[in-house]
Amino acid sequence: MPHDHHDHFHHEGMSPSGHPFQPDNDHPLTYWQRMEIAVRELLVEKGITTAAAINAQIEKMDARTPALGAAVVARAWGDPAFKARLLADGSAAMEEMGIDPDGLKLVVVENTDEVHNVVVCTLCSCYPRNLLGLPPDWYKTRAYRSRTVREPRAVLGEFGLELAEDVRVQVHDSTADMRYLVLPRRPDGTEGWDAEALAAIVTRDCMIGVAVPQMP
Amino acid sequence: MSDTTEQGRRWHDMGGKDAGEIARGEHDFALWEKRVDALLHIAVAKGYFTVDGLRRALEDMGEDAFETMTYYERWIASITQNMVEAGAFTIEELNARMDEVAARGPTYGEAQGAGE
Amino acid sequence: MTVLPEVTSPPFPPPYPTRGARFAPGDTVRVRRGAAPGHMRTPWFLRGRTGRVERICGDFANPEELAYRRDGDPARAVYRVRFTMAEVWGEAAERAQDTIDAEIFEHWLEAADAP
Repeated sequence: MPHDHHDHFHHEGMSPSGHPFQPDNDHPLTYWQRMEIAVRELLVEKGITTAAAINAQIEKMDARTPALGAAVVARAWGDPAFKARLLADGSAAMEEMGIDPDGLKLVVVENTDEVHNVVVCTLCSCYPRNLLGLPPDWYKTRAYRSRTVREPRAVLGEFGLELAEDVRVQVHDSTADMRYLVLPRRPDGTEGWDAEALAAIVTRDCMIGVAVPQMP
Repeated sequence: MSDTTEQGRRWHDMGGKDAGEIARGEHDFALWEKRVDALLHIAVAKGYFTVDGLRRALEDMGEDAFETMTYYERWIASITQNMVEAGAFTIEELNARMDEVAARGPTYGEAQGAGE
Repeated sequence: MTVLPEVTSPPFPPPYPTRGARFAPGDTVRVRRGAAPGHMRTPWFLRGRTGRVERICGDFANPEELAYRRDGDPARAVYRVRFTMAEVWGEAAERAQDTIDAEIFEHWLEAADAP
């Protein structure tokens, strides 16, 4: 790498999703990248922030992945008292588990035999980032934002999820300060599973509400 | 029963509009995008503007920006707009620095200079 | 004809502080209309629609003002309001009894009579 003589932040190995990081260093510089570099350097020079603080924030965000949400769900499945606290105040319950909400106002909504929840932000892309990490590209698309509040069943169908007619679909549009996490229904046949095994079947898409946990 | 007039409806207020199939692609975020994300967090934490300001500038960019720019391209445009409004730096300073950055080389790797 | 959802008031208080909230869980409320430009967090598709307060979320500063670096005071109550799909989309609803919740600021709500 060209800048090894500096203490240089760079991605190591594979990204959390299992793909190699994009080799952006070799790409032609775009106008917006030029702006990012300039703005970042100006903010550091003016003492508004530091390179170390920026790197620390990147690492902090990198550490937030759907695995955190899955751990919260797994604990709720196994501990009814925790689940009640989770439903009453999602951020406080996160903190109990040592996950720093850092301003996230989490509301957890529970799937049952009667109700299936799905989350969207029609006005932009609000998402419980401090629990699940950065949202997937599809969550931010015009199609998802437009259609989920009007034809949720068709949207869920595109994701491969069919719901019974007698199940009520409950759509949440994240319009203000709260961020929503879907607590999926615990599948039959998972009795006696430990937290790790339970967490392993809770995917990001289950916690957005476009999927349900699948038995392995 | 339904409200037939759309006068005043803004482009970003998308709930319920017709749209096609949901593109399911995902991409891992590049370093420069993560840097943009971090700058937003830091600027808000330091009180220069709020996420409401971020959204307001994104909305005011118009629909064309949504169609032609990527998510983090729009974010850095909005952050810059908000920081100029907040007086964090001047257009003059930004002009000078953007020119200097471009002069360092044609790739992100070279243009980021010391980077760190 | 307005179709209202069932709501069950949460068995816990709002997790964020609230003072003097005008509406209570279960109340029937109508979302105001508004044609002004600017930064608003009340989606167009819910304006003019009638639903039920599902919960009080807490008091929050006004995003319409925060967007321009003003303080957004006074903080005012935000409610999660539930609507039936029938109410919002009429005959075009996929399933009339499915529901849509959104967080609406108090100044966008007015009391409505239950039908």
